[in-house]
This record gives sequence, structure tokens and C-alpha cells, in this order.
Amino acid sequence: MTETLTTTEKPAHTRRMILNMGPQHPSTHGVLRVLLELEGETVMKCTPDIGFLHTGIEKQCEALNWQQVITLTDRVDYLANLSNNLCYSLAVEKLLEMEIPPKAQWMRVLLCELTRINSHLVWLGTHALDIGAMTVFFLCFREREDILRIFEMFSGQRLMTSYIRVGGLALDPPRGWEKRVKTFMDTLPSRVDEYESLLNTNPIWLKRTKGVGLLPVEEMLEIGMTGPCIRAAGIPMDARKMMPYSSYDKFNFDVPTSTDNDVYARYAVRVAEIRESIKIVNQAMAGMPEGPVQAAAPHVVLPDREKMKTQMESLIYHFKIVTEGFSVPAGEVFQVIESPRGELAYYVVSDGTAKPLRVHMRTPSFGNLQALPNLIEDRMIADSIAIMGSLDFVLGDCDR
Amino acid sequence: MLPENLKENAVAASLEHLVLTGNTDHNELTLELVPEKILGALRILKEQRFERLASVTVVDRYPMEPRFEVVYHLQSVSRNLYVRLKCRISGEKPEIDSATAVYASANWYEREVWDLFGVVFTNHPNLTRIMMPDFWEGHPLRRDYPVHGYKYSYQNE
Repeated sequence: MTETLTTTEKPAHTRRMILNMGPQHPSTHGVLRVLLELEGETVMKCTPDIGFLHTGIEKQCEALNWQQVITLTDRVDYLANLSNNLCYSLAVEKLLEMEIPPKAQWMRVLLCELTRINSHLVWLGTHALDIGAMTVFFLCFREREDILRIFEMFSGQRLMTSYIRVGGLALDPPRGWEKRVKTFMDTLPSRVDEYESLLNTNPIWLKRTKGVGLLPVEEMLEIGMTGPCIRAAGIPMDARKMMPYSSYDKFNFDVPTSTDNDVYARYAVRVAEIRESIKIVNQAMAGMPEGPVQAAAPHVVLPDREKMKTQMESLIYHFKIVTEGFSVPAGEVFQVIESPRGELAYYVVSDGTAKPLRVHMRTPSFGNLQALPNLIEDRMIADSIAIMGSLDFVLGDCDR
Repeated sequence: MLPENLKENAVAASLEHLVLTGNTDHNELTLELVPEKILGALRILKEQRFERLASVTVVDRYPMEPRFEVVYHLQSVSRNLYVRLKCRISGEKPEIDSATAVYASANWYEREVWDLFGVVFTNHPNLTRIMMPDFWEGHPLRRDYPVHGYKYSYQNE
């Protein structure tokens, strides 16, 4: 985990200082430890030290039934729970060769876009706070609260939703959800204008973000960066467009890109993505299909409570799913989706039993964080805070 | 030998002399090769505009032998393709060449695999633990490692 930094063999006139940043530093957004080797205010060497939030989720997945793993996927990336639910569900559904009803697919898109807005709002608030713009933080968290209330309305949980399940959704959408989401969507565009009015002309913000955090785009791809960071470097890499899942091909939206490749460009791309997400949510609400939200697969989807109590067959299925789970045909699937942070992929391997043989999460934060030394070495220490914030990593997502 | 249905596939055909077998289950191209050939295959794929190595991981098929499957997922952004490469290595002496010579992003993924599975990547620049603490013994993601670990057991309570 740690690497010992050798500080001997230095010329006498340079004095290098080793600064230990984290794991409780507020701008590391979680429990990241970064060892910085400084010469004056210049970072000469940077060594990220991760693993403080490693909770063995991949190991636990192997001990649980297929449907129980959903609850663990929530805990991988606690700002994009529904994206993780969706990615795992899609992977298992692919192995089961299961058809998902259109209403469930559209609801999934709607919820994942709300998740994206939620995640970007938290990112914008905390990133602006790191750089010293405090007001934005309060405004972003005001809107985030609305989204969490919507999630609570759907699933009963603000954070650990587990609402997207294998075979569809956990429950029918609650009564009155359209009004709630619509009210929020009507106010959000003006709120995004408000954030931009606070930042886009703010001289401190511009000085700290423009021209900071540059890296050649080939190097970014090579080191494994994805998501808004790579789109801010001019590559329109977005799994929603490149390999559409869950009916994303039926929605009309753009992939915002920029070619500036600095911290400001990453901010601009994310704000533009919030606006695109608003467009997608509005389209999903306008064209929401009718019908069930769960696939007609009684051996996988838990039966309705009422049916379970009155029909023999449903009772048997319920008993079988709850006690031994359902088995998934042997095979392997690498399911890629676009999480708010970038390419999220679940590599799920089944050996034909009721428990996964292997669930590997290729998480965007792990890939993005690997680029940290390339981004902040030979730059000023104050810039390192802005650069770290611009990567938008979540340590739960990174360490798993 | 490449199966008949893969001969049409341009990516699979370019690796024909290296590949043992392959399939396109669930529309995902999987190619299996002997561990010694992995660097050669990665180099060929990189020339074919597979710009990024998305992940390196291992599937432990214990108690089968060879037990470890080292799995590489590569993406070509410009061609919008994914390919999966797979090498089986034995549990006796789990060793494979490090992909860091071809793709820089393999660095952390291989450290993670070494940490959690104990598969050694030769010529890796810094093969140290990344998830578990430095003093940790054993490799927790192996199938024969108990979920609750060795130290704390519910059965002994």
C-alpha cells in the first residue's frame, strides 16, 4: 500500500519536504492519502495511497445470492447508487437473456439521470468549496436534497436505494411521482444558471481553474481516464451513445465536450451534462410507456405480495427465490455503462449456480485516480487541490 | 486454433497465430491465449487502435486447475469495440508478464490483482499491496480464503 519515499542522495542546497495529505484532509473527498514531495511550493513527486475504504465488496458478492448482491452495489459508489444497481442488473439480465419491459427501462433512464444530476451537484458544491467559493456549496446541496427526497419517495431510502433490481424495478413508482419530479425539473434550469452566474465570471475561480491540470489526451486514455475528464479533452467517449443500454438510443441528447482539457473545461462539461440530463428526464417523463415495471419471469422476480398470499404457484416461487435464490446460466458478461464519473463496468462470471462466481467492478474513480501523479507532478501545491477536485473521485468507488 | 465463426472477425483474425480458442457469447469477443503470448497480443491490439486497457482482473476457478484466469478488457474508442483476452495460469506458480510495458493503466490493476489473488506480474515496476494493509498475509479474493478471514471466525464464538 505505502511506498517508502527515499529522500537521501539529494544535493545539499535543495531541501525536499514530504507532506502527508490525508487520509482526513477535507479536499481529498473521502479517505485518500497522498504523499507529496515538495521543493518549495512545487510538487516533485506524488504518491497516492488508497485502500482505506476497501471493504471487500467483491469478496462478499461471492458469498451472496444473485439478488442479494444488489444491496452491495449501492455501497460501491455512494453518490451513484442507482447507476451501480443498473449496471449489475443489466449484466445479470444479459446472462439470463431477459427482456425488460419498456416502462422499467424508461424509469431506469430517468432515475439514472437524476443520479447523474445529484452526483454532479455534490461534485460542483464540494469542488467550489475547495477552491474557496462557499455559496455554491449551499445552493447545490439545496437542490440535492430535492433529489434525495425523490429517491426516498421511490424507494424509501435516500442513499442506499436498491431500487433497480434484476428483472426491472423493486416496486411500482409511487403515486404522484410525476408531479414531484416535474416541479423539480421546472426549477432546476434556473438554479443551474444561478451556479454559473456565481462562477463563470468570478475572477478567483477563473484564475484557479483555467489552464490548470493539463495532460496530453493520449496519455489520459493510456492511463485509464474516462468520463467528463476525457470528454473535456475532446474525446466524445460516452457509453450512452457508443453502446446504448436501457433504451438510451431512443433519447435525444448531446454529449458535451471541450478541447481545453483544464479544470475549467471539466467544470464546464459537467454543468453542460446537468443540462443534458434535464433534457433526458423531461423526455422520459413526456414519453413514459404504460405497462408493468417487472419482467414476466416468475423464477427471478419476486411475486406480488397479494398474489403470494392467495396463489399457490406464486407462493412456491416466492419460497424458492427467498430460500435458494435463482440460478444464472454459466457465462461471463462485461457490462459497460456511463456512470456520472465515467466508464463503470461490471464483469460478472457465473458458473450456473445461485451465487456469482466473480463480480468485478471496473470503477471510474480507480482509473481516474491513477492519473493523479501525472496531473500534479511539477505543478504548484495549490493547484493540486483544484486538480484533485476536478477528477471527481469517490473513494468508496475506488477501493470497493 | 481459431473457431470457424471467428475467422470473419478482423480483430480475432489478426491474432490468429496466438489464439488458442475464442467465442462471441453475448456478443462479446473473448480470445484465449497461452500466458507467454499475452504481451505480443497486447502489442498487436495496441497497433490496431485499441487505445485503452479498461481493466485487468482474475477469476479464481479453485479447485479446478489451472485455477486462475487472468482477464484483460481492451477498448478501442475510435472503432467502438471491446475485446476480452484471457490466459489460464496454474495455482502452483501463478506468474504472468506485466502489461505495464504496453499499457500504463495496467499498473494499479495488476497491483490490485497481486494484492487480492497473489498472481505475480513479472517486470512490474512496483508490485506492492494496494487495497490491503502492508502487513496483511494471504490474498483475500482467492476462493479458498474464508469470507470472514482467518483471524475472526464466527464458528469459534
